[in-house]
Amino acid sequence: MKKYRVVIGVACVLVVLVAMGYFLLRGAHFDVLQPAGDIAKQQRNLLIFATLLMSVVVIPVFVMLGWFSWKYRASNKNTKQKDYKPEWHESKRLELLWWGIPAVIVGALAVTAWVTSHSLDPYKSIASSKPAVEIQVVALQWKWLFIYPDLGIATVNKLPVPEKTPIHFTISADAPMSAFWVPALGTQIYAMNGMSSQLNLIADHTGEFSGYTTNINGEGYADMKFKVYAKTEKEFDAWVKTATQSANLMNEATYARLVAPSKAEETSYRLVDTSLYQKIVAKYGHSMSGESSNHIMPNGSVMDDSKLESDEHVHSMEGM
Amino acid sequence: MSALLGRLDWSYLPSDPVTIGAAIGMPLALLFIVAAVTYYKKWKYLWKEWIITTDAKKIGVMYGIVAIVMLLRGGADALMLRAATALGGPGGTQLFDTDTFQQVFTAHGTIMIFFVGMGLMFALFNIAVPLMIGARDVAFPFLNSMSFWLFFAGMILVNAALIFGGFSNGGWLGYPPLTELQYNPGPGVDYWIWSLQIAGIGSLLSGVNFFATIIKCRAKGMNLMKMPIFVWSVLVTTVLIMISFPMLTASLGMLSLDRLAGMHFFTSDGGGNPMMYINLIWAWGHPEVYILVMPAFGIFSEVVATFAKKRLFGYKTMVIALIAIMFLSFVVWQHHFFTMGAGANVNAFFGIMTMVIAIPTGVKLFNWIFTMYKGRIDFKAPMVWFMCFALTFTIGGVTGVLMSIPAIDFQVHNSMFLVAHFHNVIIGGVLFGYIAGLTYWFPKIFGFRLHDGLGRWSSYFWVVGFMLAFLPLYALGLMGAVRRLDHYDDPAWIPFFVVSAVGVIVIGIGVALFVLQIVYSVWKRKTLKDTTGDPWDGRTLEWSVPSPAPHYNFAIDPVVSRIDEWWYQKQDGLQAPRAEDYKDIAVTKNTPLGFMIGMAAFVLGGALIWHIWWLAIISFIAIVLFAIARTMDDFTEHTIAAKDVMRMDMEARS
Repeated sequence: MKKYRVVIGVACVLVVLVAMGYFLLRGAHFDVLQPAGDIAKQQRNLLIFATLLMSVVVIPVFVMLGWFSWKYRASNKNTKQKDYKPEWHESKRLELLWWGIPAVIVGALAVTAWVTSHSLDPYKSIASSKPAVEIQVVALQWKWLFIYPDLGIATVNKLPVPEKTPIHFTISADAPMSAFWVPALGTQIYAMNGMSSQLNLIADHTGEFSGYTTNINGEGYADMKFKVYAKTEKEFDAWVKTATQSANLMNEATYARLVAPSKAEETSYRLVDTSLYQKIVAKYGHSMSGESSNHIMPNGSVMDDSKLESDEHVHSMEGM
Repeated sequence: MSALLGRLDWSYLPSDPVTIGAAIGMPLALLFIVAAVTYYKKWKYLWKEWIITTDAKKIGVMYGIVAIVMLLRGGADALMLRAATALGGPGGTQLFDTDTFQQVFTAHGTIMIFFVGMGLMFALFNIAVPLMIGARDVAFPFLNSMSFWLFFAGMILVNAALIFGGFSNGGWLGYPPLTELQYNPGPGVDYWIWSLQIAGIGSLLSGVNFFATIIKCRAKGMNLMKMPIFVWSVLVTTVLIMISFPMLTASLGMLSLDRLAGMHFFTSDGGGNPMMYINLIWAWGHPEVYILVMPAFGIFSEVVATFAKKRLFGYKTMVIALIAIMFLSFVVWQHHFFTMGAGANVNAFFGIMTMVIAIPTGVKLFNWIFTMYKGRIDFKAPMVWFMCFALTFTIGGVTGVLMSIPAIDFQVHNSMFLVAHFHNVIIGGVLFGYIAGLTYWFPKIFGFRLHDGLGRWSSYFWVVGFMLAFLPLYALGLMGAVRRLDHYDDPAWIPFFVVSAVGVIVIGIGVALFVLQIVYSVWKRKTLKDTTGDPWDGRTLEWSVPSPAPHYNFAIDPVVSRIDEWWYQKQDGLQAPRAEDYKDIAVTKNTPLGFMIGMAAFVLGGALIWHIWWLAIISFIAIVLFAIARTMDDFTEHTIAAKDVMRMDMEARS
């Protein structure tokens, strides 16, 4: 009778778990585990590999924990005198074993971490027969501005890209620190005022993917989302054609409107000023106070870290 | 007007209904307490026995009470957050506005880390450390009182924000430029800065105090390698506190200079650099999580050995592991922002250092497991808390190592996956550890045990609630849900957020059972009385004195010759003390100056938040004067005569 109770109990728990699993998982899509781009796929594989490797230690730990606490419980009537050794408190061999095994596993993970930090470095360009599409990204309060400098287009909160083509992002902000993340494509990176980060991604097939900011940047944070539209080359070219003929112009006046805190809908613009991005980045390097932050300074250029430092040096001297 | 009251203004009264409720409720609760104390004529008792006390045990109890009250506040915040996200899906409703939501998660994080985590930690330091090393008190009892009141002052400021002015909306670490004047001119961020600044200085001073206590006040014969592991964990923790907390003070100091004096340390423009702040705050912040968790490791080392009735396995490796973690915790901070765009070499270095910490941590777990091996394990509540810890903390460790690989972190950073991870280690490690410690040492302070069954049931609800609340968050993170959202578009996320909210309710039942356990045990204190002073058949010195422990801790200075001295003394057979063993005891007199400095610091913080400059100057001068007054006092101790000690000891032992 008692045995049946255990079986029924286990069956009940299983039924509850399955029901809960169904309730949770219907309609769920795991962008990180079911990615649409090569970078994200490599990262997914890495995640699975590292989890499996660690289970080599974790599973024995759980087994021993359960087994020992059952076997050596004080209320166990079957324990013999030899099962209680209150003074046994060291064993060089055993201790060496559990310094050693985790060390070996961490060693393997360390090599993996080193190799993949380089192979999946966001700054590293993706090898392809096709030239990369250049896209400049600016995080604003609370919308994303995408600039296609070579195509003469700018968009807000929508990011059409051609499939199977590397995309090179240059990312900055004109807002509190934000972060650019398309989980289906991989790797997020911070977007910061006055600085340019770089990111290389690729979409393996067509589709619609969600993009987010992951860093809190004010009241409109939750609404600062965008959509990536991965299109076939033909569709993409067609879109470029329409967008370049758009009546909406992206110029200083439009930008001044955009930079004010607000939420925004998906829009396409014809890019009038191809150096807009450089000006946005440069304005933090050259203005001395927050008051002037709504004016784009002329003659800005994309700054790398060393340039940034020297610029700071210059105006800290000016400040004196 | 503005010269007199700074920027204080009626417009800062709360307007959101949820906040108004809290803003009315909190003063009412306070009023109720004041009325109750007055009605029962307990003001004098409260003042003489608690507020001005320099007795570490009483200070520990006060830390504990504040921390548990703050746990309720932080828990209410958590419930609000998960209620909002459970209803925040497409077609749902918005429970309260986004700004409130952002203040609530900032307050939740700040309160849980600084006032619950640190509070419980210092509670247990104060309660257990002097007793475990055979000391009468901490090295600097006055400093200890002052540290507590600074902590208390910070706590009032956090909660005052709810009533007047609102709290920061910048997250618990307040990254600039969001927390700079440009984006956040109101008093919220200043509340956050000054409550942490004041409480942080209290923590730093406590760190110094306990380091000195352990180094200077150990019983005769207790060399470092004979100290209980909990004391070792406190020692390495205090080293971390002494090195890292000045960095917190400096980073908050620079941020406040940006905000008060228009400087440009961390602004986007004017030569400031927010990345510098992020580096500095995490150079403190990462050691901080080890500051919280290492004492929990120490507690479990005591708990497992005691309840397995077996000597702790691998004492030396435990010590080596603690020291290794201490060093490593200072070279991993950059893993909190792999996604800031540092080069591959930098990311890889910090990632590898991070995963290396898993080795000594794993060793500790193995040592605990092999302490259980061939023991006689009595599954009392503290031991059940250990089992809950071992389960949850291990999962948290695995996800932590996953995120230490930069290329994986790029895909889960700042997502719900991260939220699940750090709750996994902070609830599973820190909180479960401290609750185990509270249950374990409770009888030593109060003279009666906590009800065991209620404690165990509390842990079951906690651990099941934890799994329900946080495992769905891992899944959400992998679906692309980022942290700190109050509403979202994807209908597939709704059930996960609903399950998570249910989990928070189950945790809430666990918390309620924990509180009920305390209340019920106070009610049944006669049946739960600890008559022996050694309710768990303990191993270390604190169990050699009667419960509740007397003010002077040890009637006769203990002498130590081995690890687990008390356990072996019991096996050798205890001898009754002789009259000539009793000596005169000098104890530190009570003083109100610690309390007064704390209150002046509270006023100083409030004045700086509201830009009331004259009051800031006056309260600062007051702090300096109080400190000088203390240094002028040459008679800070009084002596208890040997015959009185003997009489009291005999009474307590009979």
